[in-house]
Amino acid sequence: MKRKMEVSELIFKIIAYVLLIVFAVMCVYPFFYAIGSAFSSNEAVLQGKVILWPMGVQGEAFKYAFNRNMFWVNYANTLFLAFVGTIWCLIYSILGAYALSKKRLLGRHGFNFFLVFTMWFAAGIVPQYLNYQATGNIMASIAGKSNWQQIDLKWLVVLAMGMNATNIILLRNSFEGVPSEIEEAARIDGATEMQILTKVYIPMSKATIATVALFFGISRWNGYFWAMRVMPERNYSWPVQVYIRDFIDKNTGLIHPLDTSESGWRNPFSGESVVYSMVILAIIPILVIYPFIQKYFAKGVNMGGVKE
Amino acid sequence: MFKLKCDDFLIYDEATGTYSMSAEQQVRDQTERNRWKTTGLTILKDWRLYLMLVPMMLVYLLWKYMPMYELIAVFKDTSGTGDVLDKAWTGLTNFRTIISGPEAPTFWKAFRNTFALSFYNLLFGFPMPIILALFFNEVRSNILRSVLQVCVYLPKFMSTVVITTLTLALFRAQPIGSGNPGIVSRFLLLLAGNNTEFKDAIANGLLFSPRYFRTLYVVTELWEHAGYDSIVFFAAVIAVSPTSYEAAQIDGAGKMAQMRYVVLPGILSTVVIMLIMKIGGLLSVGYEKVYLLLYESNTISNYEVADIVATYANAKGDAIGMAAEMMNNLMGMVLVLGANAVARKASDVSLY
Repeated sequence: MKRKMEVSELIFKIIAYVLLIVFAVMCVYPFFYAIGSAFSSNEAVLQGKVILWPMGVQGEAFKYAFNRNMFWVNYANTLFLAFVGTIWCLIYSILGAYALSKKRLLGRHGFNFFLVFTMWFAAGIVPQYLNYQATGNIMASIAGKSNWQQIDLKWLVVLAMGMNATNIILLRNSFEGVPSEIEEAARIDGATEMQILTKVYIPMSKATIATVALFFGISRWNGYFWAMRVMPERNYSWPVQVYIRDFIDKNTGLIHPLDTSESGWRNPFSGESVVYSMVILAIIPILVIYPFIQKYFAKGVNMGGVKE
Repeated sequence: MFKLKCDDFLIYDEATGTYSMSAEQQVRDQTERNRWKTTGLTILKDWRLYLMLVPMMLVYLLWKYMPMYELIAVFKDTSGTGDVLDKAWTGLTNFRTIISGPEAPTFWKAFRNTFALSFYNLLFGFPMPIILALFFNEVRSNILRSVLQVCVYLPKFMSTVVITTLTLALFRAQPIGSGNPGIVSRFLLLLAGNNTEFKDAIANGLLFSPRYFRTLYVVTELWEHAGYDSIVFFAAVIAVSPTSYEAAQIDGAGKMAQMRYVVLPGILSTVVIMLIMKIGGLLSVGYEKVYLLLYESNTISNYEVADIVATYANAKGDAIGMAAEMMNNLMGMVLVLGANAVARKASDVSLY
């Protein structure tokens, strides 16, 4: 039976629909604006004629961005960081979370505290920098170089950054949810600890592992600050985010107002269009995996209790 | 003869006048020994489990706990070169410098800015996801709701560089010579009317105006996080049992009454917990974004309102900066732990 809708309900529904649609459009609009502007002429961009569709269409800016060799070198660096960095973080997180999920682990509360404490207190930017410097120097001396700025700091970024205690706790909680009977059965069948982890626990926590992997991957892909901080001058080791920001600083009027009084509109395309092209290229991988995260990430938020 | 009162573990032998260990105590000693033995054996038997912990512990020790060890420099005289450990202790001198010494004005300004940014963020950023969740609950079509959700979650997954680039673009300053400010700035120009001060701020780039920086920061934070943060509230809203709605309807409750007496009580515990947790995070502002918007600190005009403790410490780069951030983070920790204790009292849920 269909209930008659009251006026107050109708009004509320209308408001809900309208505001949700407005907010959703606001959330995606900047990206469409970037696409439109990337293919618009210099004049159209700086005069603010672009609203959604490209004005005075040109493809030069995109071509220019596409032909920057350093952009692709840095893009490859980011791919490397996202791939190797995620795998590294996953390896130690899964191993650690598995051990922490076991009630028979002695000093379990101590280890948990050790992990959770890093969520409460961080030393700060300056000591963290000194620490990266010190560990970088150790890595350099292993590689036979005299200081950390002479080695490829990509490995420092891979090993030392992207830590996330929340992700480990997420994994731990998921492992705790695996019934212990299955583990015992596997043990009776003669499975080793490692086999129990890889053959029982990992397959049974696939969803959580996928979520955590995507969280790690996205934070790696998006990482900017520390990569910039530890290698400010060495552009061939940069991730692509640092490259884009550097390009913005040097070639656009986004930070310091551009002086158009002399150059006028002589350039066929503006530096901004190049930046938008780079932004588009840089977010493609995120957009590609986005539908897959979509399925999982509600879990990540609803982890709720990080109970001891 | 004096007899010790220790029957529970010693037995006094009248004949020889000696004490001997009671049977219970012998058993107890044996179990104690056994306990250590079994403990040792369990560790040995489970050595693989402990080995699995090693990589994680090592990573955390090296790159999370070693920086905390570097904080020793805060209590040392760091002038000149050489190993920090060999330097003279100076006690709390560095803290005195930032709290009441020559650095006090800059530090307290940064501290105020940190607090103000996150406070406004909480004030406006907290209700928004709840409202979104309530609205999502009204959308009956699953497809439409999914589409809308995909749209509003999207900004959360973009890098800070992309977010700030787009923010800078939409609110771009007017180029010198000819040209127009960014597209959203132009829209705001329509609303500005005769407010010349606002118009000037738009022309010079809203983000760089000390007056509007905080507003804009909060708006971009809302844009970035509100959608994603609504997930947890939406989960709470759809968890409200349909029978409660039906019962309310039978009692003649209209939409607003249902909202007031069914939905809100249903999600109240989630709201309280999230609020407490947000309050706990008040002193941890995402410094990457502020850094990217602030840019070259003191040369830019929004420096007065945008310089937070983290960027201040980063710019200082010395023991004073360390002391500043350490103080901020310690206060942050007190807030987090306090919030958690309150949450534990208020309900059964606690995050740690």
